[in-house]
Amino acid sequence: MSGITRRRALGAAASAAAGLTAVAAAHSPAQAATPHDHGRSGQEPGSFDEVYLGRRIQGGPSHGGGHHGDHGTGYSVRIDGDELHVMRNADGTWISVVNHYEPQATPRALARAAVVELQGAALVPLATPTPSAA
Amino acid sequence: MTVRKNQAQLTTDEKRRFVDALLALKRDGRYDSFVSTHNDFIMSDRDDSDRVGHRSPSFLPWHRRFLIQFEQALQSVDPSVALPYWDWTTDRTPASSLWAPDFLGGTGRSRDGQVTDGPFAGSARAWRINVRVDARDFLRRNLGGNGLQLPTKADVDSVLAMSTYDAPPWNSASDGFRNHLEGWRGVNLHNRVHVWVGGHMATGASPNDPVFWLHHAYVDKLWAEWQSRHPNSPYRPASGTRDVVDLNEPMRPWGNVTPADMLDHRRHYTYDVAA
Repeated sequence: MSGITRRRALGAAASAAAGLTAVAAAHSPAQAATPHDHGRSGQEPGSFDEVYLGRRIQGGPSHGGGHHGDHGTGYSVRIDGDELHVMRNADGTWISVVNHYEPQATPRALARAAVVELQGAALVPLATPTPSAA
Repeated sequence: MTVRKNQAQLTTDEKRRFVDALLALKRDGRYDSFVSTHNDFIMSDRDDSDRVGHRSPSFLPWHRRFLIQFEQALQSVDPSVALPYWDWTTDRTPASSLWAPDFLGGTGRSRDGQVTDGPFAGSARAWRINVRVDARDFLRRNLGGNGLQLPTKADVDSVLAMSTYDAPPWNSASDGFRNHLEGWRGVNLHNRVHVWVGGHMATGASPNDPVFWLHHAYVDKLWAEWQSRHPNSPYRPASGTRDVVDLNEPMRPWGNVTPADMLDHRRHYTYDVAA
């Protein structure tokens, strides 16, 4: 509980800083020129940055592989600066960890659906999983 | 031998024992390790790389093994307990006894989605949500809240009629029984039920809601029914498939169990109604 409370207290400042980083990455020419997802680079969704239902949602290409947040998707989505885990389906639709069984057409639609689902709650990094129950 | 029953047929005593065993696993931390495992796989299973628990042929044997492991944990608390299943083609409204306060409790309130009755209600403090992606630590639901309808018997029959287990590219784009049951393609069975329940069931950490086990026990039963209808249709693929668990390859996280080991549920449990 104390971790969450502290996180909420620091949320505004952290969000602002992370948001600037994401915007900078999204507009980097090196990023835009690197089609790291073979075979579907022609369908890469663009960046977005807007306030939706009072929350800042941002999306844009990121480093594929190695980047902590995107899990190999090559695309990063943030809500108030916090990373939303997203995944692209084979048919080009998108899902997030908050709406995992309901594909959306675009990352922006996915981010908006997450904002509705969150009802104002802050995203938190998933707790480090314990070793498998196996 | 464990007999899995339709949740609608459980006695009051059976419901109480099942709920008490769930609460015991929650108290000792074992429950949350199952939630973590599921979320780990759902975040790492990808259409274009290694995939084991979801969006792949092993979706069905992986969840069968996962449920057996969970059922064994319940039975370590109370040996009389078996996983019940929820036939959502029949018990298809929030008024079902499944959602009564003596069993799983009902839908969430509109303000924040919080479940407010039953053994898992936020106010009861016995069911704190620890493995989570947002700050809310209470169980949430929104039963049918987005206007969605649960799958019908006709929807199920149309999928059970598919004679091919699975097909290339062995992911969410595949034709065949597995992907139509999972729901990435076609009438959408399994995925749609997660969305219909809403709240935690719609997230990667869906086992936070105990209805996860009843939903997957019914998906598992549908696999058994499909096998009865198509006795000559094998699990596919058989061998040599990149990023996909073939018939005789071990599945993570266990490492010592293959899809072939999971094909006959009767080695582990039976159903109240023959599948």
